[in-house]
Amino acid sequence: MSALIEIEGLTKRFGSFTAVDHVSFSVARGEVLGFLGPNGAGKTTTMRMLAGFITPSEGTARIAGHDVQDDALAARRALGFLPEGAPSYPEMTVEGFLRFVAAIRGYRGGEAAARVEHALGLTALAPVRMQGIDTLSKGFRRRVGLAQALLHDPPVLVLDEPTDGLDPNQKHEVRALITRMAPSKAIVISTHILEEVEAVCTRAIIIATGRVVADATPSELARQHPSGELEDVFRALTAAPAKAA
Amino acid sequence: MRTALTIARRELGGYFATPVAWVFIVIFLLLQGALTFNLGQFFDRNQADLAPFFEFLPWVFVLLVPAITMRLWAEERRLGTIELLLTLPVGRGAAVVGKFLAAWAFCAIALALTFPFVITVNVLGSPDNGVIAAGYVGGLLLAGAFLAIGAAISAVTKNQVIAFVLSVAVCFLFAASSFPLVTDFLGRNAPVLVGIAGRLSVFARFDTFTRGVIEARDVIFFASFIGFWLFVNTLVVELRKAD
Repeated sequence: MSALIEIEGLTKRFGSFTAVDHVSFSVARGEVLGFLGPNGAGKTTTMRMLAGFITPSEGTARIAGHDVQDDALAARRALGFLPEGAPSYPEMTVEGFLRFVAAIRGYRGGEAAARVEHALGLTALAPVRMQGIDTLSKGFRRRVGLAQALLHDPPVLVLDEPTDGLDPNQKHEVRALITRMAPSKAIVISTHILEEVEAVCTRAIIIATGRVVADATPSELARQHPSGELEDVFRALTAAPAKAA
Repeated sequence: MRTALTIARRELGGYFATPVAWVFIVIFLLLQGALTFNLGQFFDRNQADLAPFFEFLPWVFVLLVPAITMRLWAEERRLGTIELLLTLPVGRGAAVVGKFLAAWAFCAIALALTFPFVITVNVLGSPDNGVIAAGYVGGLLLAGAFLAIGAAISAVTKNQVIAFVLSVAVCFLFAASSFPLVTDFLGRNAPVLVGIAGRLSVFARFDTFTRGVIEARDVIFFASFIGFWLFVNTLVVELRKAD
């Protein structure tokens, strides 16, 4: 089966600083890719290029076969994207916001209502549906962002730190949700929580200073260090280039 | 077009979800009323028309229209929602047009709420309502021109105050470009620009409307003026989206 996400030689330079340096990988249906790296390693920049928000300096990215630059609208229709910090419009209600996203995605009438219901259900937001987003706690807002990304049941999900700011119960629910959806989708999640990678990811990529330094299953990665702990592997791989630079 | 309207609806709702809309409308009506009745000597003139009203309208617009547009893009940038909006399946042009339409509709609402002036002048005398209607059409087009400038400038920054101040300055430039102050200066230093500056003056164009004349070339001027700034807006959004 062909990959739903294909990234080739993706590079982003800001002036003389190279934030992302020839990153290539692909993600097939059924895979959950954990995207790991220290702060400033280029995770968010890579995800933004994949979502079409940042124009790459070099390289290409395709979502479900559509180039994110040349065939942007088709690529974005196939994508559910949770941007960093899960931004949403604070003056809107949860339901109003999701209805807006549904309308943008081309759903009308009963179908739009059904999509919104479904997204509210998946993210357990139904009790706060009429509340203003500005009155919600961080965890709820994160779930609003998640609901927005899941609304159209996209084949590709790109989630930038989906569990950041959630309490342990909510984290567990979101992980369970990702695992449930995994078979029918290609999913990329970025995270700092290594146990999360072991819990939900079928594959992990570690990037440091803009380069891919590891690409394997979580258990293969863990075996690279005598201790068998993913955390030790992560530190060994990402601390060294930082020192060199 | 459908997505543009969806964005416009959301944006217009956003105006009324915050006090911004109400503050704007109240200040606009107060200012316009005070200027027309006091400074404009509406009653002492003994003429049944809205000339004083339309005389001050452009100046009030220079000052207040940038207050409508300053949040359009700057706020999206500050909240980070621009990343959400521009990664939804929305063309850049549709987003730009949608936001502009919302601001324009809002201006139209504010302008429509000046209807008591029209009633007053009709009760006191028998004005030429055709002239008044032409003035309103001109007012709406003038507002559109300033809104298009303000929206484009709002896309440059994430700071609403900067967006506001820059927009007032640029709107003022296009407002004053046919005034003796400007034409004399240009006449001395760059005579070739005098004609161009005069043609680009939105005030001079607006004046024609207040005299009851709707000319195709003026309508085309405003349409191209708005189109040009919306195009600039689209470019700015595309080039600076992630900054």
